[in-house]
Amino acid sequence: MAFVNPKKKEVQVKIVYYGPGRGGKTTNLEYIYQKFSSRIKTEMVTIKTHGDRTLFFDFLPFDIGKVNGYDVKIQLYTVPGQVKYNATRRLVLRGVDGIVFVADAMAVRREKNILSLKNLQQNLANYKKSVFKVPIVLQYNKVDLSEQGIPLLPIETMDKDLNSRLKTASFPASALTGTNVVMTMKKIISMTMAAIINELK
Amino acid sequence: MSYTLGQEQLDGIEEILQRDLIDVGVRCVFLIDMAGNIIANRDNGKIKHDVYSLAALAAGNFGAVSAMAKIIGEGEFSLLFHKGKKENIHFNKIITEFLLITIFSNDISLGFLRLKVNETVEKVKQVLESVQAS
Ligand SMILES: Nc1nc2c(ncn2[C@@H]2O[C@H](COP(=O)(O)OP(=O)(O)OP(=O)(O)O)[C@@H](O)[C@H]2O)c(=O)[nH]1
Ligand SMILES: [Mg+2]
Repeated sequence: MAFVNPKKKEVQVKIVYYGPGRGGKTTNLEYIYQKFSSRIKTEMVTIKTHGDRTLFFDFLPFDIGKVNGYDVKIQLYTVPGQVKYNATRRLVLRGVDGIVFVADAMAVRREKNILSLKNLQQNLANYKKSVFKVPIVLQYNKVDLSEQGIPLLPIETMDKDLNSRLKTASFPASALTGTNVVMTMKKIISMTMAAIINELK
Repeated sequence: MSYTLGQEQLDGIEEILQRDLIDVGVRCVFLIDMAGNIIANRDNGKIKHDVYSLAALAAGNFGAVSAMAKIIGEGEFSLLFHKGKKENIHFNKIITEFLLITIFSNDISLGFLRLKVNETVEKVKQVLESVQAS
């Protein structure tokens, strides 16, 4: 839940990158951190295991400047995607304002994407929120792998699996090379800000 | 969804934090919500911590400990304390949605700090409840 501070003229907004394990959520934040290093004054916070898997969350604060006279502080989080970490995943969702669902475009990960989206729905219900009401954007990640001959899911298949009911914006992307990483982020920020402004009216 | 507090309430809370904690020697104090948002913060001007990261970690830490409490059948741990060689962190829950976090050095005894934190919690609670009720 975004907090609006009229005294400091500031809004804090929480955006969470969700999705199956190894889908590329942390890689998205790492790319953003590098790309905007001049604008991000603090270190990226990560809580992970030896094997580089996210254990609790990653956190990256990102100032986007003023909107309607308010300083907007975007707080980017990732959840741990591994199935066994559901308790911590749910904690990170607390007070979420906008979600990027990072799906893995590798053909072998089809089932994992679908299960993770279901899991998101359940965890949001825990906070009396609905995946159909919270601003959400889909990212079909790892499209660069097609160059290496690795079988990918066709966009239409991913749309059918994940977006047939959500009907939201989706981006084929590569968190590793940066393709559409910033576009994805811009889209979720604008959708989330629109929802917040609309509600304040 | 979003929520806000009025200028008056925020002024009131900051004044309480300043008078009851910073003025008695606490280095840094902040009031956050369980989503990790910072509602108010005050420090003695001598240190600059990355408060946004601290808030995110504190909310996560407190959430994790609360989840553990549930598993072992303890309703909740309403306060937490981490002791360091020089610096210490104290967490205290306020109502269900907020946390008061104080960072203090060993110049202050834990007993004294707890006393001051308890007083502060009561006062801040009144301000927050008056907002919720209105
Ligand atoms: N080829 C390719 N590899 C990627 C891409 N995005 C991520 N990876 C790789 O996939 C692996 C997992 O990426 P992470 O970003 O750690 O995945 P995650 O979603 O944070 O995983 P968890 O923390 O376990 O939930 C790493 O080895 C990344 O380098 C991509 O766009 N293309
Ligand atoms: Mg990760």
